[in-house]
Amino acid sequence: MTEQTSTPHTSTPNTSTPHTSTPRPSPRYDDLTQDQSPAFPLFQVGERTAMLECFRVLRPDGAVIAPDAALENSTGVSHADAKAMLRSMVRQRVIDERMLGLQRQGRIGFYGAATGQEAGTIAAGHGLQLRDWVHPALREGGIALHRGYPLKTYLAQIFGSADDTSTKGRQMPCHYGSKELNFVTLSSVMATQMPQAVGTAYAMALRHTAPDRPVTLGAIGDGATSEGDFHVALTFAGVMRPRGLGLPLILYVQNNQWAISTPIERQSAAASLALKAESYGLVGVRVDGNDALAVLRVVRAAAEHVRTGGIPVLIEAVTYRVGAHTTSDDPSRYRDEGLTKRWAGLDPIERLTHYLMAQGQLTADELAELKSACETELKQALIEAEQVPPVALRTLFEDVFAELPPHLQEQLAQAERAG
Amino acid sequence: MPSMNIIQAINDALFCAMRRDDKVVVLGEDVGKFGGVFRATVGLQEEFGDDRVIDTPLAEAGIIGTAIGMAMYGLKPVAEIQFSDFIFPAYDQIVNELAKARYRSAGEFPASMVIRTPFGGGIRGGHYHSQSPEAVFCHQAGLVVVAPSNPYDAKGLLLSAIERDDPVMVFEPKRIYRGPDHGTNWSAQKGGEVPEGWYTVPIGKAAIARELTGRGTPVTLITYGAMVYTCLKAAELVVNEGVDVELIDLRSLVPLDLDAIVASGRKTGRIVVANEAPRTCGFAGEIVAQVAEHCFDWLQAPVQRVTGWDTPFPYTLEAAYLPDAARVAEALRKTARFN
Repeated sequence: MTEQTSTPHTSTPNTSTPHTSTPRPSPRYDDLTQDQSPAFPLFQVGERTAMLECFRVLRPDGAVIAPDAALENSTGVSHADAKAMLRSMVRQRVIDERMLGLQRQGRIGFYGAATGQEAGTIAAGHGLQLRDWVHPALREGGIALHRGYPLKTYLAQIFGSADDTSTKGRQMPCHYGSKELNFVTLSSVMATQMPQAVGTAYAMALRHTAPDRPVTLGAIGDGATSEGDFHVALTFAGVMRPRGLGLPLILYVQNNQWAISTPIERQSAAASLALKAESYGLVGVRVDGNDALAVLRVVRAAAEHVRTGGIPVLIEAVTYRVGAHTTSDDPSRYRDEGLTKRWAGLDPIERLTHYLMAQGQLTADELAELKSACETELKQALIEAEQVPPVALRTLFEDVFAELPPHLQEQLAQAERAG
Repeated sequence: MPSMNIIQAINDALFCAMRRDDKVVVLGEDVGKFGGVFRATVGLQEEFGDDRVIDTPLAEAGIIGTAIGMAMYGLKPVAEIQFSDFIFPAYDQIVNELAKARYRSAGEFPASMVIRTPFGGGIRGGHYHSQSPEAVFCHQAGLVVVAPSNPYDAKGLLLSAIERDDPVMVFEPKRIYRGPDHGTNWSAQKGGEVPEGWYTVPIGKAAIARELTGRGTPVTLITYGAMVYTCLKAAELVVNEGVDVELIDLRSLVPLDLDAIVASGRKTGRIVVANEAPRTCGFAGEIVAQVAEHCFDWLQAPVQRVTGWDTPFPYTLEAAYLPDAARVAEALRKTARFN
């Protein structure tokens, strides 16, 4: 297939060629709007359909694509799970929108929103257990919130104030972390977390016995899959088999199709990112990242598969970055925002909302109440967060090492004298 | 006490550590079945199995990256980078991840682990089996950096590194792994006797490798690693010329034993610093700066540096590149005679 056109991401007619329908260079809008889904993946190495086509449960309008009477609610997801995810997704949208506003007012220095990717984030987190570790990328902060990371701490991290227990004001906003929640503190560096996730999974495999092992999820964006560390991680993930079993490891790519201004076609010529799993002897699965039910089912099944000793799974959740990369970015300078609007029509929150309403599990009033409660909570938390003083000077020198060595004691004294 | 060479001492330390704590794991290229290209990990896999003594794929970033993840989860990885020349694929993991893990997470996700890596020339290894990149890592806040010079210190410092709740890089002087002077028996040398079982050498403490005799003009000579033996020879070359050398073996570069440097510097007022690495921005320059800040009023002569040249490490002309005893001796004479 040749799809090297000047308008990436548009739905190009599937012209007939001697090849099969693959490879194709990127997820296409059509893939996620058709009324079909591949069968649920078997989590086997080399399962081509699972690696190339997005598993989906819901249409963009919230209708169930292939109701299966054998499954709970015909979708395989309980209403309690669906509602829990919706609550966190709505909460994240409310927080993100408010933070973008604060940045424009100059009250915070930076923010990276997950707008449009709430399903890919929250549902992935929901598919794990709390004892499972997450090595996040930039847009997975919602998993921490979903796990119970206090909003107060979330805001303190963004403000870099004395309440910032994640980084003590040492990192830019959105670099959350929590030992208690097994959510590893984010670094801004691309793909470095992936070999680390492999190592964490290895340690889990040494310290726990299958089938009841904790799982590590290493998250990454599409752009960073071009980094060497991504490929190093896949190599190690395939080769390392402590106790003769696969690592309890999920490598989770949120393909939002943009790395700042660079589209997915400039990152990879592969037919999908999930397809790369096969070359490393891993299981690859592609899922509609805007479909919370589909993401939940895939991540949950993948977690069970690797928890019990199966071969590690590379999941590609296809989504779209409908907003800017961060508050330092202006996407209108490099992409067709008309196209963005089209993808925004595949909104994960609306989809889940429509589904739950159709199931009689949610009313318009309840949704409005949910939003309003999130806004009220945030408003109050912001008032408190902005009053917290900045971190103390001595924290500049703490935690470089476990103990303050002589040269840092001396430098701390100098800094204190300098005021 | 058994007599060991540095390789045997390191191997013994790893056996001690792995027997004492099942959270200690060893990983790297060829460290398992083969026992390491320098044989430092020989026998470990037989006793502790291939899950704890891990033959990794050939990717330094993967070795260090996975070790960081293991350390965050509570294991104590001892990673081997086969030659420090090949450490740079892991540079990002070491500098941006390992060094900052504790700091950036407010202490919640430290990565306490050890990186062992042979450094230095003198083995006819050309550009890529000879370099001394230790200063590059000393420049990164958050890394402890040590460089032993004898079997006793090699074992004691490695056990300290494994005990310590920080990332520690151990630069091993590969030229003297098996003897201080191309095959000389370690048992004849200070530090060649190695106690059995667990003992530690404190990190951050220098050693006096040669004491003043009281005969001649006192000069402080500061070095570390394999250069200790070059410097001892240099001291003998000038002993009959009225130059009396106190040789400081730093052992730890970060944290640095500033007290030992300052005490000796103020005592002699004449200081020479020697190391193998290129001169510009090298660790010798850091010592000179410390001396300038803390010993200025006591100095009797300009501080001298004897280092490798600011060229890539050569193959054929290795002997001309490495600071030898004659070059160190010349700097000692010049410093002692300065008025």
